Amino acid sequence: MFAIYKKELRSFFINPIGYVYLGVFLAFSALLCCYTTIVAATYSTSSYFTYMSFAFVILIPLLTMRLFAEERKLKTEQLLLTAPVTLTGMVMGKYLAALTVFGGSMLVSIINFIPLYVYGAAERAGTSYSSTQIGPVTGQIVGSFIALILLGAAFLAIGTFISAMTENQLSAAVITIAVIAAMVFLNILNQLKDSDGQQLISSYPIRAVIDWVSVISRFSNFRYGIFDFTALLYYCSLAFVFLFLTVRVYDKRRWG
Amino acid sequence: MIRIEHLVKNYGSNCAVDDISFSVESGEIVGFLGPNGAGKSTTMNILTGYISSTAGRASIAGIDILANPLEAKKLIGYLPEQPPLYLDMTVREFLNFNYDLKRCTLDRDAHIAEVCEVVKIQDVENRLIRNLSKGYRQRVGIAGALVGNPAVIIFDEPTVGLDPKQIIEIRNLIRTLGKDHTVILSTHILQEVQAVCDRIIIINKGKIVADEKTENIARIVENNRRFNVKISGPQRDVLAALKSLSGISYAEVLAERDGDAYTYTIESEMGTDIRKKLFFEMAAKGWPIIGLEALGVSLEDIFITVVDESSKGTVERERERRAVRRGERGRGRTSLESTLANDMVAEADRKRAEDAKSGYADLDAQDVPEGHDDGTGQPTGKPDTGKED
Repeated sequence: MFAIYKKELRSFFINPIGYVYLGVFLAFSALLCCYTTIVAATYSTSSYFTYMSFAFVILIPLLTMRLFAEERKLKTEQLLLTAPVTLTGMVMGKYLAALTVFGGSMLVSIINFIPLYVYGAAERAGTSYSSTQIGPVTGQIVGSFIALILLGAAFLAIGTFISAMTENQLSAAVITIAVIAAMVFLNILNQLKDSDGQQLISSYPIRAVIDWVSVISRFSNFRYGIFDFTALLYYCSLAFVFLFLTVRVYDKRRWG
Repeated sequence: MIRIEHLVKNYGSNCAVDDISFSVESGEIVGFLGPNGAGKSTTMNILTGYISSTAGRASIAGIDILANPLEAKKLIGYLPEQPPLYLDMTVREFLNFNYDLKRCTLDRDAHIAEVCEVVKIQDVENRLIRNLSKGYRQRVGIAGALVGNPAVIIFDEPTVGLDPKQIIEIRNLIRTLGKDHTVILSTHILQEVQAVCDRIIIINKGKIVADEKTENIARIVENNRRFNVKISGPQRDVLAALKSLSGISYAEVLAERDGDAYTYTIESEMGTDIRKKLFFEMAAKGWPIIGLEALGVSLEDIFITVVDESSKGTVERERERRAVRRGERGRGRTSLESTLANDMVAEADRKRAEDAKSGYADLDAQDVPEGHDDGTGQPTGKPDTGKED
């Protein structure tokens, strides 16, 4: 597993895709952070995190599309499958490599918050009364940050699964984008309100179902600084299920 | 070392491997020979744990590949039909990856250097695999299979697409490897197994049709003395003369004309070299031989011969039957059309005979109503397309 992890991680950085991902991710997150906080003159980061979750629609497939589709096309998976490595080891090695790149980029994006703290400190220093309300809320940021990583981990697992199903990077990417986009838009649809302030989807059961399917909805509590353990469990099990399915895809193909 | 027992692999309703069993002893080089689509790669893939069998078992050194895949796979080095190379790695990186993947415990640098030396890729060690030629890529693939010094090495068509010089090098390499590894080599080229292997397993349509020492196969090949001879002279007389010549078991005209010369395919009897005799005979009649070409034995011929030999007795008998068959057909026909027809029929016959080989047991039964009483399944007097035209 470690050999595959290492190889996969390496391949992100000897191919343009890793740099494309990092470039797009960092540029986008920096720009977004700038617009949602400094330009909007607020310390609230909640819209930053919301928009970041939308950006995953494009960013996550960049990381996952190659994982299995490429190997299958070049027949290099034969090497992995005839080597003394378990299927789980192979899938986990690849998944963890993608997760590492994703997590790394997330960590780097922390620098986006530095200006907020700087501004916050400056403003606090400028006021005559002491107030904790000035400046960004660290708890909120940490909570949202963790939630975003969990969300990304779940999406990565979905992308990994889709990549294992196809032989073509491009179709893997397109399908992954479609699936993640569907989840995002379902969530938006669920929250849409008409002019009277009524929910557009008036039936509660339908909303509940959509809420459950839409992975994003679990994200909302974190934005307010509430650490939601059910969501944590939800994202982890989602990732687990899709990784398990990926292993099954390979197992099934072997028997087919 | 390797045991395969009653292996069956179905792809849907299509049976790729149909109940094959064989075993390979330690240190043997075994050639796995068969035409394309015979089930060679499928068998290799099952043996290496890439795919699973529908039924039956495969084991390496007593370790079942399905029950304990990790241990079994550690003993195998596998070069699939298309070498699994990561094009964006250098040779060195690729071998390092293989080393990690197989969890080797040998000294890394020394071992990789040794492998590079064996397959002679030291000089390209730091180049990207993407930039290597096909021959080098093949060698890198072999090097990958050799990493970890596995007891069993399996090559699936290792010389496809290489130039003659590279083919010879790879063959020599395989022979060298055979000294301290058990090697299975799959190919559809007869000369290749003959050159390299101790034992030949012939597989066709998912069934093993022969499992012989290479010498035995070689003998069959030698016995099968067929020539294309170009003789300038009246076709009918020449053919009659050829047929009457003792030592020739079978002769026919090919629809190939070169001035007044025709090309005849002849087959000599076992153990006789007909060429000199033929020369003097034709010279005496005043028909110059203007070309003589030894025909290689095709895989199909081997199938026919081997299967016939193993199932019904001697080669002679088969030869006899074939001679009779041709004789019957050739009766009273001289025109070019009939020659052509003759050829077509011969071709069809050969195809049919080959078909019969794969499932001779059941096809025999179907052929019998045509009036065969010998039960040999030879489609002797069967009406065929264009035969009487």
